[in-house]
This record gives sequence, structure tokens and C-alpha cells, in this order.
Amino acid sequence: MAIVDMAAREIASAVRNRELSATEVVEAHLSEISAHDREVAAFLLVLADEARHRARSIDEAIARGEEVGPLAGVPIAVKDNMTLRGVETTCASRILAGWRPPYTATVVQRVESAGAIVIGKTNLDEFAMGSSTENSGFFPTRNPIDLSRVPGGSSGGSAAAVAARFTPLALGSDTGGSIRQPASLCGVVGAKPTYGLVSRYGLIAFASSLDQIGPFARSVEDAAALLSVIASRDPMDSTSLGVGFDASGIAEGVQGMRIGVVEEMLEGVSSGVASVLDSAIAALEAAGAAIERVSVPAARYGLSAYYLIAPAEASSNLARFDGVRYGLRVEGEDITETYLRTRERGFGAEVKRRIMLGTYALSAGYYDALYGKAQQVRTLIARDFAAAYEHFDALISPTSPTVAFRFGERSDPLSMYMSDVCTIPSNLAGHPGMSVPFGPAENGMPAGVQVLAPALREGVMFRVAMALEAAASEAAVPEWAKAAGSGGAA
Amino acid sequence: MSSDQISRDETLHIAHLARLAITDEEADLYSRQLSAVLAHARDIGALDIAGVEPTMHAVSMRNVMREDVVADSLDREEVLASAPSSEAGMFLVPRIMGEE
Repeated sequence: MAIVDMAAREIASAVRNRELSATEVVEAHLSEISAHDREVAAFLLVLADEARHRARSIDEAIARGEEVGPLAGVPIAVKDNMTLRGVETTCASRILAGWRPPYTATVVQRVESAGAIVIGKTNLDEFAMGSSTENSGFFPTRNPIDLSRVPGGSSGGSAAAVAARFTPLALGSDTGGSIRQPASLCGVVGAKPTYGLVSRYGLIAFASSLDQIGPFARSVEDAAALLSVIASRDPMDSTSLGVGFDASGIAEGVQGMRIGVVEEMLEGVSSGVASVLDSAIAALEAAGAAIERVSVPAARYGLSAYYLIAPAEASSNLARFDGVRYGLRVEGEDITETYLRTRERGFGAEVKRRIMLGTYALSAGYYDALYGKAQQVRTLIARDFAAAYEHFDALISPTSPTVAFRFGERSDPLSMYMSDVCTIPSNLAGHPGMSVPFGPAENGMPAGVQVLAPALREGVMFRVAMALEAAASEAAVPEWAKAAGSGGAA
Repeated sequence: MSSDQISRDETLHIAHLARLAITDEEADLYSRQLSAVLAHARDIGALDIAGVEPTMHAVSMRNVMREDVVADSLDREEVLASAPSSEAGMFLVPRIMGEE
């Protein structure tokens, strides 16, 4: 098997047993990136020298007989809204172009301590606002399975990098579906953990009460392995829950489990995606689970509540980009004009739209009717999920109502927002959710099944995901990987 | 709520509150787009949810305390190196007060 087709856990074990050096692993992935990232454009920055240097020190540590961690020698891509000290971090925004953060995100510290090698920073919709990665301030990323289509977003670069076999693992962030939706569109596994399970220190904030970092991988077990490394207590994040994630037991199956299909998440779903869900239901029943439909009535108001709450929080969080302490400054006559010009030049259209929407929702006269009411809806969604979980261990739905769409197809903001209708409710409730590829659906494109579970029940969620994966058809691969057969990079 | 429409003038006002300079053409476009999103969001306006507690945060937490121990913070020079302009250990900004 080519190195770039290996699972993260296989790589780590081969590196630890000296069957493979970390250097060979990094070189194989770097050459796959240089051969194909011109077309995919998953990376904003490839850290080739840094990754080679890290690989050498891991190989030396192994030669000295030192302990090197559970992800030894495994490449990982990091969404460019997480910081690495001294390495340019932009959030795909011109307002941060050239910024070298003075500190490293806790998640990056944790994966590096576990022996993983950061191979690059991935593209995203500017400040993680979007569902296609078309809103990047620099360039769009293409879907490796069909280059004429979007990879989804906002973590489109991370999802595409994993699907393109540029890296076995990647980190993304999910505020309303930004890990799960691109995972579904690119045919990889992506998980949003319970709010507070993973530290947000060093994640540049979009909507602080919704943002959560999570793993991308090509298998459920690899995603679980990465989550167990990044889930931890962190004194630098006061919302950190202080618990870890234990991945043992995720292979125990779903025999006797009760799984609900969320009725509100079946509306407006394409016929291809609907039949993917039907086969997933049949597979889970065959594996011994009891499946029934369940209503989570308030979930239908998730999109509305989200597009008041998330922009409100964003308008406040993005006030820090003012041309004073970091990033772009466009000098004006006085400080107000400097703010106006810096933000005009630095932010793209979608970011401006959301800042204005949030400013409006929080403004005097609308606060109670819009923002306040959205927060009440948030309570209703949490209640309705709680009621469903009295009867079910986990819930399933499509991850996204459609497969990957073509560039420019959703230029109307509202139609783009609809991509996240199934993923948003779990962010509002703070619950975990993940996408497992179960396609293909329309045009042979991948489609994921979303698995939802109550807060901190990631173990149950991953068990359902493993059962789905066991029954799923062969994963979609890029055209060049088919042509190369089992061979990887030249 | 009387109307879903955000007028062009209102859009310009919001943009200024958010410290975003926008052109007149942009004001027209954003006015239409923001109105469409808000019209969709108004479906929650019809819900009778008086008395439901708002959720600010998915995790209900009280103040989080830590031990008061001295530790290193970020290096000042390294932080200032990111600033568009700095002098004598401080961020340098354009004039804030009016002319004397």
C-alpha cells in the first residue's frame, strides 16, 4: 500500500516499529501535495521545511529509544484559523495577511506532543463564515473528487486535504456545520465534539458559544484517535469541560441500540441523499439497532436562530480587527477613518454581511425581538433533543441536504446558508455530531450520514459511526489516485 | 415587528456602527441581502415562547477560578512585532482627539 493511502494509526505503528521512518512518511505526503495541490488548492501554506525538520527529530528520538507518542510521524493539516507561533495565520482573510501569532493553539501543542507533524495550514471561508470555501480571501479550494465542485466549508481545505490523501489527519472547526458538511461533500469522516471537550485557546473566534475544534480523517477510528489526543482540560480556555475522550469501546457495535431518524432534517433533501440515508438505516437495522422516526420540533427553527446568534457573536468578536494591534492597517485622517478603511479593505463581502447582520440583531429596539428570541429558541432546541434522547441513544440524519454543488451555484447567501440546516441544531445545543461517508449519491459524489448524540456521549456516537462505516460502500477517491492504482506519489 | 426590510439608509447606518465603510451600490446590495435573511429569521417571531429561559451558552458555567500564580505572559517585543506601528513598547495609532 502506498504511504499516502495508509491510516494514521498504521503510520504511527510502522514509524514506532521502525518499519517506516517519519521522514519517508513526510516526503510521500509532500510529493503528493506538490503533484496535485495546484488543482485542489487545499493549502494556504505548506510547511515543508518545518515538517522535514520535525520528522528528522522524531526519527532521531526513535533511534535513541525514546517514547514518541501515539501519533508518531503522522502528518496533520491545520485549518488556518488556529495559531502556530511564528507561522503566518490568516483565517483566509486579507485583514490578517502576514500575521505571525506569538503563541500556539492548545490543540496544535497537543497533536505535536503526540508525535504528529503539522504539514500545512489549510484554506477556509474567511473567518470560517461559509459553506463552500468560495469565501476565502485568497482563492477557492476544489473538491478532490470532482474539481468542478466545491469542497464545502468552512473547513473545505482540511476536508479536501484528507480526501486528496495529502494528509491522513486534519483539524477543522465547526460553528454551524463547518467540519461535518465539508466532510460529507468530500467523502471523509469529520466530527464536532461536545462544546467544551476541546480547548479553543488559539482558535480565532467566530461565534464563541458555538465554535468547537474537531478531527477529520478517512476512517472513524483515525478520527477517534485524533479526538482522544485533543480532548483535554485546558486552563487557557475557561469553557473547557475538563474531561477527555476514551476511544476504547467504539467497535462494540450497535446491537440493541435505539436510534432515531430526525424528521425535521428530511425536508428538502435531494433524492440521492435520501436514498443514502435509507441504506444507512437498513445497515444499522441489519447490525441490530432499532430505528424509528423521531420529531425534534424546534430543530426547524435552528437556521433562523443561528443566523441571529452567530452573526451577533461574530460582530463582537471581529471588532478586534481594527488595524491597531495586528494585521492590516489602512491609515485614515483619524482613528475612526482608520477603522473604517482598514475593515473595508480587509474583510470580504460575506464577513461584512454577517458583521452587519449581527450589529443589527444586537442594536437597540431589535435586541429582544431578534437576539433574545433566538436565545430562547436555543433553549427549546436543547429541550427537544433532551426529550428525544429519553427514547433514543443516538439520532441520525443526512449531514447536508445535497452533494457538493458547483462553483458559483449558490451566490445568494440564503441558499448557501441552507447547506447547514441539519448541522446547526447540535451547535446550538452544544451536542456532538459527526459525518460518516455513506455515498455515493447524485453524480457519483459522496454523501455523509450525520450521527448525533447527547453531550459527552461521543463514545455512543463513534459506535454508530463505526457500524455505518463497516456497511458503507468503497470510499470515493480522486481521479489521479484511481489512475495510479495502488501507487501513490511518484 | 412591522417590516422585514432594512432600508438603504439603515444599512449605511449599521455599516457605520460596525465601522465598515461601504459604497452606495454595496448599501443597495446589502440592504436586499440582509432583508432576505431577516425575513427568513422572522419565523421565530411567530413562536409563542414567552417565559422560556434564554440560553446564552450550551454549557451552564459559573465563574471559573484558577490559582493566582505568577507565570510568563506573551513576550512584549514579539507581540509588538505584529503591530502595524509601535513605539517605545506601545501600539502607535492615528490621532484620537480633535485638533486643539
